[in-house]
Amino acid sequence: MATTATAPTTKSWGGGKSPFNVEYGKVMMWYFLMSDAFTFGAFLISYGTIRFSTNGWPDPNEVFKSFPFAPEGMNAPLVFVSIMTFILIISSVTMVLAVQAGHNMDKKGVVKNLIWTIIGGIAFLSCQAWEWNHLHHEGAWWGSNPFLNHDGTASSTNFTNYFFTITGFHGFHVFSGVIINIIMLIMAMTNKFEERGHYLMIEKAGLYWHFVDLVWVFVFTCFYLI
Amino acid sequence: MSHTAEHNEHAGGGTKEIIRITVILTVLTIIELIIGFWMIDIPLSSVGVRLALKGTIVILMMAKAFYIVAYFMHLKHEMKNLIMTIVVPLALFIWFIIAFLYDGNSFKNLRNTYDPYFKEQSTIKVEKKEHGAAEKHEGAKEEGKKASH
Repeated sequence: MATTATAPTTKSWGGGKSPFNVEYGKVMMWYFLMSDAFTFGAFLISYGTIRFSTNGWPDPNEVFKSFPFAPEGMNAPLVFVSIMTFILIISSVTMVLAVQAGHNMDKKGVVKNLIWTIIGGIAFLSCQAWEWNHLHHEGAWWGSNPFLNHDGTASSTNFTNYFFTITGFHGFHVFSGVIINIIMLIMAMTNKFEERGHYLMIEKAGLYWHFVDLVWVFVFTCFYLI
Repeated sequence: MSHTAEHNEHAGGGTKEIIRITVILTVLTIIELIIGFWMIDIPLSSVGVRLALKGTIVILMMAKAFYIVAYFMHLKHEMKNLIMTIVVPLALFIWFIIAFLYDGNSFKNLRNTYDPYFKEQSTIKVEKKEHGAAEKHEGAKEEGKKASH
């Protein structure tokens, strides 16, 4: 790749300004995301520990088999959650495109792609709201688990507790990401970035948004696939 | 500051790279889903096959995570020092995962060995009745109503 031609001239810090060759805010965003990664990691590892310490666990294909507007008792495992996953991946792609448009000082491109990203985020949140509502109607909530284990034995409430806590925490991150993106959109539309002469702020919002997508990769695997 | 930052930002591969990564992420997700659908029909008794498929899904998950962090979050094109600052602390997760999952598994084995009640409870099959599910459904609704009032 052509990275060598444009890469920073030094490979390690020899003193002077900006050791990482990125601006202060971006370094701090990375550190925040690292701490957030540990929070989500702790949640997911705790979930794994509990799952490893019990003999049975509900079958995700049995629990997550419904679809909006589908008739009662329809069996469509994995379908709805794959749509949610693709929504988040595509919104991540539009965010990259917005960041790239920012580099080229292309205000129109930034606004267009940010709007798509926001739409993707809202679509994901709507899907999650529907799923939570559906599971709640089936009797699943914190402290109540109507589903049996995969082998037909009675299951504990650990499954629903972890599911709602972790997807809820992730959903809250998506929600704050949408709010941040809306703020970025307003700033872009009111020419705040044009006045500053750079769109670096979009990048930090982008990092956060990609992190939300990254966490979903793990949540999706741990709860819906495995 | 803006000079050095800009210098660095253009190190990426541009739109072509974005398209390439999008395709890779999509393909990896589709493979994951195919394995997921495949696993539905594999009985619980074939533990080895299920474990192997789950392991494959986890490897695919790590690959997806790599592509998102390296290219979408641009970490691959950053300076080595920044990459190390981010990646090295996260290596703690390797130990966390091994230690905690091992601990959970050990706790299960201990309980299965020394706690006959626990062992017995996890072998009693519960009758899956649509009727029972409906009752629970009603119960949950009533509870919800009570909570909202």
